[in-house]
Amino acid sequence: MLLTRKSASAAAAPSRLSGGLAGILANTVDRRAFLKRSGVTLGAGAVAAQLPFNMIGKAEAADTPAETGKVEVRRTVCTHCSVGCAVDAVVQNGVWIRQEPVFDSPLNLGAHCAKGASIRDHGITHDSHRLKYPVKLEGGKWKRISWDQAYDEISQKLLAIRKDSGPDALFVVGSSKHNNEQAYLLRKWVSLWGTNNCDHQARICHSTTVAGVAQTWGYGAMTNSYNDEQNSKCLFFLGSNAAEAHPVSMLHTLHAKENGCKVIVADPRYTRTAAKADVYVRFRSGTDVALLFGILYHVFKNGWEDKQYIQDRVYGMDKVKEEVMAKWTPDKVTEVTGVSEAEVLNVAKTLAEHRPGFIIWAMGQTQHNAANGIVRASNILMLALGNVGRSGGGCNIYRGHDNVQGATDVGPNPDTLPGYYPVFVPGSWVHWSRVWNVDLPWLKKQYASEAMMGKPGMTVSRWIDGVLEKNDVIDQDPNLRAIIYWGHAPNSQTRGKDMLEAMKKLDLMVVIDPYPSASASMFAMVRQEGAYLLPVATQLETEGSVTASNRSLQWREKVIEPLFESRTDHMIMYQLAQKFGFADQLVGKKDGKQNIRLVKGKGGMEEPSMEDTLREINRGAWTIGYTGQSPERLQAHMRNMHVFDVKTLRARGGKDAKTGYDLTGDYYGLPWPCYGTAAIKHPGTPNLYDTSKHVMDGGHTFRALFGVEKDGVNLLAEDGVCSKGSDITTGYPQFDHVLLKKLGWWDELTDDEKKEAEGKLWTNDLSGGIQRVVMKHGCSPFGNAKARAVVWNFPDAIPQHREPLYSPRPDLVEKYPANDDVKVLWRLPTLFKSVQQKAVADKTAEKYPLILTSGRLVEYEGGGEETRSNPWLAELQQDNFVEINPKTAADRGIRGGEYVWVSTPSGAKIKVKAKVTEGVGPDTVFVPFHFSGWWEGKDMLPYYPEGAHPIVRGEAVNTATTYGYDRVTMMQETKTTLCQVAKA
Amino acid sequence: MARMKFLCDAERCIECNGCVTACKNENEVPWGVNRRRVVTINDGVIGAEKSISVACMHCSDAPCMAVCPVDCFYRTEDGVVLHDKDLCIGCGYCFYACPFGAPQFPQAGAFGLRGKMDKCTFCSGGPEPDGSEAEFKKYGRNRLAEGKLPACAEMCSTKALLGGDGDVIADIYRQRVTVRGKGSEVWGWGTAYGPPQAKPAAGSKS
Repeated sequence: MLLTRKSASAAAAPSRLSGGLAGILANTVDRRAFLKRSGVTLGAGAVAAQLPFNMIGKAEAADTPAETGKVEVRRTVCTHCSVGCAVDAVVQNGVWIRQEPVFDSPLNLGAHCAKGASIRDHGITHDSHRLKYPVKLEGGKWKRISWDQAYDEISQKLLAIRKDSGPDALFVVGSSKHNNEQAYLLRKWVSLWGTNNCDHQARICHSTTVAGVAQTWGYGAMTNSYNDEQNSKCLFFLGSNAAEAHPVSMLHTLHAKENGCKVIVADPRYTRTAAKADVYVRFRSGTDVALLFGILYHVFKNGWEDKQYIQDRVYGMDKVKEEVMAKWTPDKVTEVTGVSEAEVLNVAKTLAEHRPGFIIWAMGQTQHNAANGIVRASNILMLALGNVGRSGGGCNIYRGHDNVQGATDVGPNPDTLPGYYPVFVPGSWVHWSRVWNVDLPWLKKQYASEAMMGKPGMTVSRWIDGVLEKNDVIDQDPNLRAIIYWGHAPNSQTRGKDMLEAMKKLDLMVVIDPYPSASASMFAMVRQEGAYLLPVATQLETEGSVTASNRSLQWREKVIEPLFESRTDHMIMYQLAQKFGFADQLVGKKDGKQNIRLVKGKGGMEEPSMEDTLREINRGAWTIGYTGQSPERLQAHMRNMHVFDVKTLRARGGKDAKTGYDLTGDYYGLPWPCYGTAAIKHPGTPNLYDTSKHVMDGGHTFRALFGVEKDGVNLLAEDGVCSKGSDITTGYPQFDHVLLKKLGWWDELTDDEKKEAEGKLWTNDLSGGIQRVVMKHGCSPFGNAKARAVVWNFPDAIPQHREPLYSPRPDLVEKYPANDDVKVLWRLPTLFKSVQQKAVADKTAEKYPLILTSGRLVEYEGGGEETRSNPWLAELQQDNFVEINPKTAADRGIRGGEYVWVSTPSGAKIKVKAKVTEGVGPDTVFVPFHFSGWWEGKDMLPYYPEGAHPIVRGEAVNTATTYGYDRVTMMQETKTTLCQVAKA
Repeated sequence: MARMKFLCDAERCIECNGCVTACKNENEVPWGVNRRRVVTINDGVIGAEKSISVACMHCSDAPCMAVCPVDCFYRTEDGVVLHDKDLCIGCGYCFYACPFGAPQFPQAGAFGLRGKMDKCTFCSGGPEPDGSEAEFKKYGRNRLAEGKLPACAEMCSTKALLGGDGDVIADIYRQRVTVRGKGSEVWGWGTAYGPPQAKPAAGSKS
């Protein structure tokens, strides 16, 4: 019997589906149409023709009847993480009215997480929480000013500081949300200003990865792709909560799992990712090296290592084995990590029996005080299993921001010029000044001295100490006096209370950001004057390329014009450069030549062409193969996503209808390295170091970056180990003009190439001839060497477990101490052991008995100002909270949903709500890091510029986090410190 | 004729809330009204945590439709349960009848008066002409009329949430269960009538 009597009548309305589909589909939505609807069954035009108008569209375009407005579909890429999800934006009368999934994208197949599915909010203006016009802080209030006034005052102040204190008194915090071209221009901009004091989110994201991984085998990047997980047998997540941080990557992960791939998650928290795992291991935060070497112990003990692979392609594994077998016996592993021998053995066995496999990590490994060792221990484990350099195996390192990979590759790093050319090598400057068409002697004069030009700058994690430290202990003449926050949140850096002190002392803070509000409110809380905020366009309001975590580049079309009074980042760079007198150098204008054309931007004002900027990158970034990805090739990929295979990312065929470009054989987005010029059509490298393919098919070897031998031991690959089709079947060093001549390949260069290549290496031959000829012979331009299990040039040649500075196990500190203090590291004195020993002496672990760790939520990104300003996201999580175990809560009289105080040894305390859950153990609490807008219990709303406060505000965990940095890269410790929790 | 259904694959749902914001975005649903939400049960309990996305299930024999005193519900030929906001009196009976908590009531007025009921339309609007302004304002987007499926299912991050012709999504789901050898136990006979091992073993005397 039915509850309803009129079920079959359906009289109230005619069939929507049949009506709507008449003439479009033969029958109802079939499976194929369901899975792959867009593009195949309905062209963009057909979609557009049926579009109804939109409420927002009407409000925004009141003077134009909406029905007659031209409807266009523009293809862009989500700006919220490194997966690189494509978005089709439907635009009418210049207003973004709808968003459609791009089923053709091989990266995300139309899928989105909460952030991607709500990205259209960026185009909504009637309830926008963005900064809408330039403002300055005057008498403690934010006052609206014009762009001209802002430029005049900012440039006068900066030039005065420069005159008094030199160019190093400025620190520029760039952005991993800039596209490649902007990030690249910003590094150039900072160089033209005359300092290396610049940095961006990568420092506090994956700097330890980039350093540790590059020092192991050549390139500091994800070895394979998210897609390649579908070819894997085992995925070991250690330090990644992908389900929240990279949700769409789980599409590939879960697909792999359903086809028999084992998923292991090791994490102090039982995360959403762990909930999908076959094996979950809970271990103590910050003991990753012990856990990894504990696993390795069982691998060696049972003879599960790939002996032939190690013999052929790995240096120093014997030394690691000795150390592991002696130091990391199961009892010691259990003592340090809290994981039983059986669990560790189970992980080792699962990894050994399911090859190829990946280890996957994100901030869980990188944000520790000895993280350079943690990431290398991960590399070593994969090398021991023979997993690296093949499809389905390797180190899948999940980057955070949408373009943190690209900004690291070509953007504002304090120690490198674009393409990882080190600032301390004079040849780097020779190379880039040639590419930039800038006079090198002039450039040298911009710097305080040649010594400062060759000295890596300070890091974003420590700029506050650049302001606060005594002048005689810092390794540059002036203290920092001015800071530009150019697309970076302040609450993502640790030691918030110290940051506030630094802000009190600054002469000038300029924030250039669509949502500058966290910086603004902190500054206004303690200052009356001294800050300017400039509204900038988002990546949806400009065009340019963006590099996903898998090294694929995608080209974003501009969806809408810059909203309100905002201008694009590159326009602001150019206009400020005009004020400082280096606008011509910024666009490479000299001797009747100009590298980067100026094109009309907002309001008819000029800005550097993004396409030309990419072409300039193409002409210079040879080291990492950012040379073959011309704008034309990338744009052809964006128009023809459907030809790329999801499992291999390779185009089986296809011609771009617009340009006639033949896509056959290209990997999607030409993942770097894409060597040579665009003309030679290198297809990109989907999986690094994969010798099973020819170099011109994306094959590869390990890089010869560390010489040919060490203490008499061969560092090059053993005989017979080379990439497919290589004319040289032994190991070989990197290529230069001498080697080419020795091999008799020199005459294969054209005359023009010879002229340029004479005296050059594969990295600075601007003709690309050396790379072209070398690859024709099937060789990797960077040589064919072994990966290094021992990185002898690091403080810890073999990775060491080092207890956190604020260790919950003071009894282990003596055995596993932090590094020694360093007098000068990245221009600043840096403490390790002394902080740790003081914490032991003060019995800090008794006063603060709980481990405080922090991490991501799916709804928000980074510092969170942008995503907490989006109502569709803000509604999902309206309070910051602390995850606390039922026992820990009960012992403290805390009930779920109540406010509690979390206090730390820094002296700070934050007020958050208690979320009582078994997801954390009784010794650990977790606080997400995306919140700001409260300060130690107080709402900072009065300090925000009017109308530019996020919808949801909360306590920033980094107000309370403590001192602690990686010995190599100055990565900050956010994952392991101590705290106490008490009822508020 | 197709019968439209949603099915959320709990083996794949990661509570990313993409479906929730896709719905908000496409239909411009106001703050506080949640046509779709993701529920996680046994949050943090090792081995027991599951997430699932829930909205109106467009029941074949819909309780809301049975209890509505003004008869504002109707079912389309595609099996989508829709309602007429011009008839709705905001009484809330449907909310009590619905096993999924689908009906939503925007607050209207100073005393928290219930407004007209709002719920998932399977992205297929309401009684007004397809694609009209009036339809969009009252019910949101009509994607079915455009030959598209609901935004939530189309954008699901892991393809956990399937939406479309019931026969088609059943096929997709069946294939997944076959490949991975599990997942169906959250639905169906086993759940309703107990696991198979609770029954007497075949051939045993009882």
